[in-house]
Amino acid sequence: MSSTELGLPALPAKPYPPDVERRLAADAAELIARYPHSRSALLPLLHLVQAEEGFVSATGIRFCAEQLDLTTAEVTAVATFYTMYRRRPAGEYHVGVCTNTLCAVLGGDQIFDELKQHLEIENNRTTEDGAVSIERIECNAACDYAPVVMVNWEFFDNQTPESARELVDRLRAGEEVRPTRGAKLCSFKETSRILAGFADEREGAVDESGAGGAPSLAGLRLAKGEALPGTPGAKVVSPRQEGTEA
Amino acid sequence: MTSAEPAEKLLSPVLSASWDDRRPWTLDTYRRHGGYDGLRTALTMAPDDVIALVKESGLRGRGGAGFPTGLKWQFIPQNDGKPHYLVVNADESEPGTCKDIPLLFANPHSLIEGMAIASWAIRCNHAFIYLRGEVVPVLRRLQAAVAEAYAAGFLGKDALGEGNDLDITVHAGAGAYICGEETALLDSLEGRRGQPRLRPPFPAVAGLYACPTVVNNVESIASVPPILARGKDWFKSLGTEKSPGFTLYSLSGHVTNPGQYEAPLGITLRQLLDITGGIRAGHRLKFWTPGGSSTPMFTDEHLDVPLDYEGVGAAGSMLGTKALQVFDETTCVVRAVTRWTEFYAHESCGKCTPCREGTYWLVQLLKRIEAGQGVPGDLEKLLDIADNINGKSFCALGDGAASPIVSSLQHFRAEYEQHINEHRCPFDPAASTVWADRASVHESATEREVHA
Ligand SMILES: Cc1cc2nc3c(=O)[nH]c(=O)nc-3n(C[C@H](O)[C@H](O)[C@H](O)COP(=O)(O)O)c2cc1C
Ligand code: SF4
Ligand code: FES
Repeated sequence: MSSTELGLPALPAKPYPPDVERRLAADAAELIARYPHSRSALLPLLHLVQAEEGFVSATGIRFCAEQLDLTTAEVTAVATFYTMYRRRPAGEYHVGVCTNTLCAVLGGDQIFDELKQHLEIENNRTTEDGAVSIERIECNAACDYAPVVMVNWEFFDNQTPESARELVDRLRAGEEVRPTRGAKLCSFKETSRILAGFADEREGAVDESGAGGAPSLAGLRLAKGEALPGTPGAKVVSPRQEGTEA
Repeated sequence: MTSAEPAEKLLSPVLSASWDDRRPWTLDTYRRHGGYDGLRTALTMAPDDVIALVKESGLRGRGGAGFPTGLKWQFIPQNDGKPHYLVVNADESEPGTCKDIPLLFANPHSLIEGMAIASWAIRCNHAFIYLRGEVVPVLRRLQAAVAEAYAAGFLGKDALGEGNDLDITVHAGAGAYICGEETALLDSLEGRRGQPRLRPPFPAVAGLYACPTVVNNVESIASVPPILARGKDWFKSLGTEKSPGFTLYSLSGHVTNPGQYEAPLGITLRQLLDITGGIRAGHRLKFWTPGGSSTPMFTDEHLDVPLDYEGVGAAGSMLGTKALQVFDETTCVVRAVTRWTEFYAHESCGKCTPCREGTYWLVQLLKRIEAGQGVPGDLEKLLDIADNINGKSFCALGDGAASPIVSSLQHFRAEYEQHINEHRCPFDPAASTVWADRASVHESATEREVHA
């Protein structure tokens, strides 16, 4: 039982070990320097401590407070407002299934239900091996690729229950998995470091997966005289050339 | 019915014109397409002249409200001795909205160039991009593009001329729809909970760090470079008189070809469906949103409404973000509205009572109706609560929450009543999935593009 349950004030959190503290403080200084006012670096710092531990711990909150000269209460108030900051460790791969209306109707609800069953875990929980956590997420600005699944916030577009099950199986088996839009997956912690504001140093990561899938390019192709799939073609499909009349 | 106009005539790729080129997210490709020419032009002009040009072009904000962009810039006080800030709203989280994310993924430099031009105009030396956090591929490209722009001298020391620096900070949010509301965004960017501020003072007077601040949507800012490069008359030659220019329409849902369609303002959904293969095979349109879930829904009666600010407004909705979410006859409207309402309840920031409490109670009622346990009087109660939220909340999230309820009850009241009278939902959710008609579903939906 924790001390709060006994009605006692919580003990101050332990700090990070000195070497971790030093390393993170250097990162924090770099982030803080990007803003005219230090407090603006709070969201990045919360991503940073999440990159260290996989969630925002009491130690992480204490660290942020010290770097920015805030109270832990002030930092906690902010950390609990935003859904991306986790209060318990995420899996190595955090799987978000969009169940906002459009994706849900197009199949996201079924995908989420089947994943839950397949992994035998509930929403916002992690598999016992620590490999995969799942979460119902809100619209992720990819409705033209519905139903959408995110893994460590990279896009897995146009999913089906089968493809999503296969995806998590491969993640658990430690196989290399590539998103439809985004770079080869890195761990949830490494992803959080990018979110904190540090560039992905992996060779070629920025260039992976092209400019977007068919939905992103549909309008441009049509405007260039290409016929879209499933349309009665008055036009000939002519990839990347000026339109050719049939 | 087929459109009289061929597709090429109805569409006008500008922002999306380079997306099928080789690595369009790089500076090299962007420059090959005339990138940063607009900035060069802007820097030869006086800042006030740039503002005047953008104002005269008629460009209106693409973030939802359609406020004239040049006018917003003009509100920034000059010679006030305070720093000025430009903050780009890349929080894109309104359900259905999916234009800024593909734009930034394919062509982040169009935003950066626009930011440099806007910064010159409003005398800003430090600009910010507030990107929603859940889109790491886009964050990666933005970080890389900003670094490229620094290396090329478009950003950094003396970027806007001798002694006139420009810095851009890319800032990732952490999951909160309300942070798309511009004043909540500013609080969030200051390292606080994202809750809206009382207005006035407006951000133009007291925004980020209580300094004059322009908050603009990604697409608004990205639309500025072509105006500088090609002129306001070209811009005004597209679209309608009061809604000039081009814009990204995002088609999603039960359609043959979902995607981004850049067209002059004023195109209709009928025209878009005609040229893109229509509703998915064997089905018909039931309801759609013109600009995201917060805009009152339309039905097949509204297929010919011109999708510009005035046209959609006159028909009783809002152009919003031009997020055309299309649902066919297999979709239960009660289910759709329930899910959207759960979204608003989840995302309500809790600052004001009508929204915080009202969205909670709406969800309770809707879930009960959807489950077939509604009782007579529930629909009146829904409308009553929606009425107590709409126009009585602190920010527009509350109004948005009321929209799907009121509009769906207006168009589909009988369907709600059917749920109550038959004590069940008459729809089969399996029929609405993309794999329901697998045999007739086209491969295109899962096709992947790779540009080496
Ligand atoms: C709840 C809520 C969410 C919003 N989300 C966004 C958003 O994600 N992106 C955006 O550009 N504007 C959003 N807006 C609108 C902004 O408040 C603001 O009007 C807009 O960023 C101004 O830019 P513009 O003039 O270029 O359109 C939102 C508004 C509300 C009330
Ligand atoms: S309307 Fe909702 S989101 Fe807006 S201030 Fe009130 S509680 Fe917060
Ligand atoms: S509803 Fe799923 S991405 Fe928009």
